[in-house]
Amino acid sequence: MTTARPANGTAGTVGVAAGDLAGTPAAPDGRLLRAIVEACGEGVVVCDAGGVVVMVNAAAAGLMPGLAPGRPLTSGAAGALFRPDHPEGDSRRVDHGRRRLLVRRESFGVAHRAWYLRDVTAESARTGALLAERHRTRFLMEAGRRLSASLNTRRCARVTVELAAASLADTAMVVLPPGRRQAGWVRATGGRPLQEGTVGTAATASVPGLAEALAGFPPVPSRWLDPAQVPGWLLPEGFGPAGHLLVTPLPGNGVPAGALVLARREGGSSFDEEGETLVRVFASRAGAAISAAALYQEQSATNAILTADLMPPELPAPAGMELAGSLRAAQQAALIGGDFYDVYLPEPGGPGEPLVVLGDVCGKGARAAVLAGQVRHCLRALLLVERRIERLVPLLNRALRACPSPNPYVTLVLGALRAGRDGHARVDLVVAGHPAPLILRRDGGVSEVGARGPLLGALPQAPVTPVSVDLAPGEVCLLYSDGITEAFGGPGGREMYGARRLKDALATCAGMPVAAVVERLEQISTDWLGGAVQDDRALLAVQARP
Amino acid sequence: MTAPGASAAVDVGDERAAYLELIGRADERGAVGLVLGLLEDGVAAETLLLELIAPAQRRVGELWAANRWSVAREHGATAVSERAVAAIATRAVGEGAPARGRITVACTDGEYHALPTRLLAEVLRLRGWHVDFLGASVPGPHLITHLHRTGPDVVALGCALATRLPRAHATLTACQAVGVPVLAGGSGFGGDGRFARLLGADAWAPTADAAADLLTDEGLSVFPSPAEAPAHLSDEEYTHLTRRRGDLLPRAMTALTRAYPPMASYDARRLDATAEDLGHLLDFLSSALYVDDTGLFADFVGWTAGVLRARRVPAGALEAGLRVFHDELRDFPRARRILTRGIGAARDAGADWET
Repeated sequence: MTTARPANGTAGTVGVAAGDLAGTPAAPDGRLLRAIVEACGEGVVVCDAGGVVVMVNAAAAGLMPGLAPGRPLTSGAAGALFRPDHPEGDSRRVDHGRRRLLVRRESFGVAHRAWYLRDVTAESARTGALLAERHRTRFLMEAGRRLSASLNTRRCARVTVELAAASLADTAMVVLPPGRRQAGWVRATGGRPLQEGTVGTAATASVPGLAEALAGFPPVPSRWLDPAQVPGWLLPEGFGPAGHLLVTPLPGNGVPAGALVLARREGGSSFDEEGETLVRVFASRAGAAISAAALYQEQSATNAILTADLMPPELPAPAGMELAGSLRAAQQAALIGGDFYDVYLPEPGGPGEPLVVLGDVCGKGARAAVLAGQVRHCLRALLLVERRIERLVPLLNRALRACPSPNPYVTLVLGALRAGRDGHARVDLVVAGHPAPLILRRDGGVSEVGARGPLLGALPQAPVTPVSVDLAPGEVCLLYSDGITEAFGGPGGREMYGARRLKDALATCAGMPVAAVVERLEQISTDWLGGAVQDDRALLAVQARP
Repeated sequence: MTAPGASAAVDVGDERAAYLELIGRADERGAVGLVLGLLEDGVAAETLLLELIAPAQRRVGELWAANRWSVAREHGATAVSERAVAAIATRAVGEGAPARGRITVACTDGEYHALPTRLLAEVLRLRGWHVDFLGASVPGPHLITHLHRTGPDVVALGCALATRLPRAHATLTACQAVGVPVLAGGSGFGGDGRFARLLGADAWAPTADAAADLLTDEGLSVFPSPAEAPAHLSDEEYTHLTRRRGDLLPRAMTALTRAYPPMASYDARRLDATAEDLGHLLDFLSSALYVDDTGLFADFVGWTAGVLRARRVPAGALEAGLRVFHDELRDFPRARRILTRGIGAARDAGADWET
């Protein structure tokens, strides 16, 4: 390379190109080069060492009408564009009137400087829009992620205001759909702890657009509020005057989800059209999340009421005895299943003794739990007319056979408890298709009660014979379901727990309070399963008070 | 703001021996009478829970480990302490609605050492929190359903045994996924809470009162940065070991019969007990792999050695069991390193015994 380069290292051009390249086709002459520069889309301004313009192409003249050969470069408005401290070779973006220009400076030899101007107004606008769009997308993704996490109304409302206060406004408030007299609200304000409270339904009517938004139907557009007319409760204390206020309904899935109130301080930017669109999109996501949560809350409240009756009862302590029970359902979310136990105390002062029952209906989950609940209620009703256990069971059998459920099969143990002399307790037992109860003696001996009977709900007759057991103080009668003995697991993971292990485990419990006996057996059973829950498991133990 | 006669400075240390003796006899009436009497004398309920009952229960664990108390006595004592806690709670709480936030307190799925977690629940209640105590061994799906329904500010998750750590991890991740921060507690998370930190709990506390102190009205003071999924799990040794557990244990039993001749004369019950012991070793090995902590396993081996010694099981049996696993787990370099440390710990414990 023999080309003489300028000292600053910029690529050589006009002045030097013509000469040295011997053997190559003739280079264009000055006039031609001039015409080429003139036709260039990028503006080109060349000036001499004194800063006087020596050449301006058409594009540059179009961008800067005041530029002309012979005039100083920095005259008039051009001063901001052509700054003497502009680093060689660098590009700068400069706003010029309504345009945004990309300005570059180059030096050629010692005498000449050239300035290149490119109009990037449209390109900048596109980039800006793209960045804003990316920002909005990121915000909405984060909103989607956080809003979808919870099915709790209050938590969804909290997430909504936290997100809104971080990205959309200085303070954000969600007013939840009102109850009869008041509406709950949650508010987040940058840099402050979250606030929660309630407001009277009447007060919401004083905010233009809020009452309509809270009603949910029909969808109303966002409303601008006159900050001067805003009631005090809408803004946090010490917030100062609001410059811009926006009320946006939270559209729910057919259920009103409340309204979002956003405020920016005086002097802050107003909500432009795109900002308002973003608020609407965000509000629709938040509204969907809040209304889904509200539906879930309503259903789970109903569910809780319906299943409360299917839960095992609190166990009383009949005279001279202690009871303890445990129920572990295979269905782990609601904890209901087909195993059940119950205790029936005689009316105060009335005849009869306390009865205990532990049983297992065919099937698992909610369907089985409903039948189990029916069996418990059925027994309660039958007890009004019959307290003798050997007669109760055939009656229950008939009731089950009349039951419209497809498989109303039940196995159970029914026991009548009587306090005896010297702290002894007597338990009369009938067994219907169920594992026979176990008896734990004081010395750790364990035996099975020798009572048998048929499954209930299948055959027309269900004859059972009661067996009587005497418990000395501290001794235990254990009722259990087959979920305990037929649990597969153990060290190798594939072995059935079996009655032998249950008896061995029970034998180690001699001398324990009955609550500890039941808890220990449940724990051993859970350990045996090693996390692989298969069936409902029930335990109910009666102990003569030690 | 002190109730008449109440004084936090009352020392209940003198009552500990009496209380321990009462629960050791499963004397519910006596134990409940003792704590209610102290409550009436002005001892703060929190003091009774944390300075009388909690230390007594720790002692119960030690007495069982040393084979001085039977399983029955240990469980009986714990059941009586449960009643004492309930009696204190009924007597001390109940004026007015809880003034502070709502907290769900639960034991990890499979965790039955519920008393420490119960104590935390009661301390929080005493300090004005609205507490939902879900009890021992709470299945993950039930906990999450509860969180959706009640929307608490925090979940306090108790884990007493390190073998429950993988399940505790699943549970605490699920809680965080529905937006509720998790406060971890219990000895299972390590004496210094290092496993709580590793598994990404939002906070950890060693004791019930420390936990209550962490829960300020501003929310939970959290660990500085949320943890990523532990990197060491990518070698999948934990996954493979868990999957192979069913094969590994019967093989280990066979191998152990060869390596440890006295086993040939064991009856079914004794064989069950041995299989159970090997199962515990494997569970702790799994957890040590899960949290990548050899110390966790070595500590368990040392503790087991003490328990076995108190029950006159020869020291060689434990080491033989560990060697069997070491030989079986040829493709598990990390597990083998952990087992090597365990064998060392067993030998040290054995040497202690000899001297």
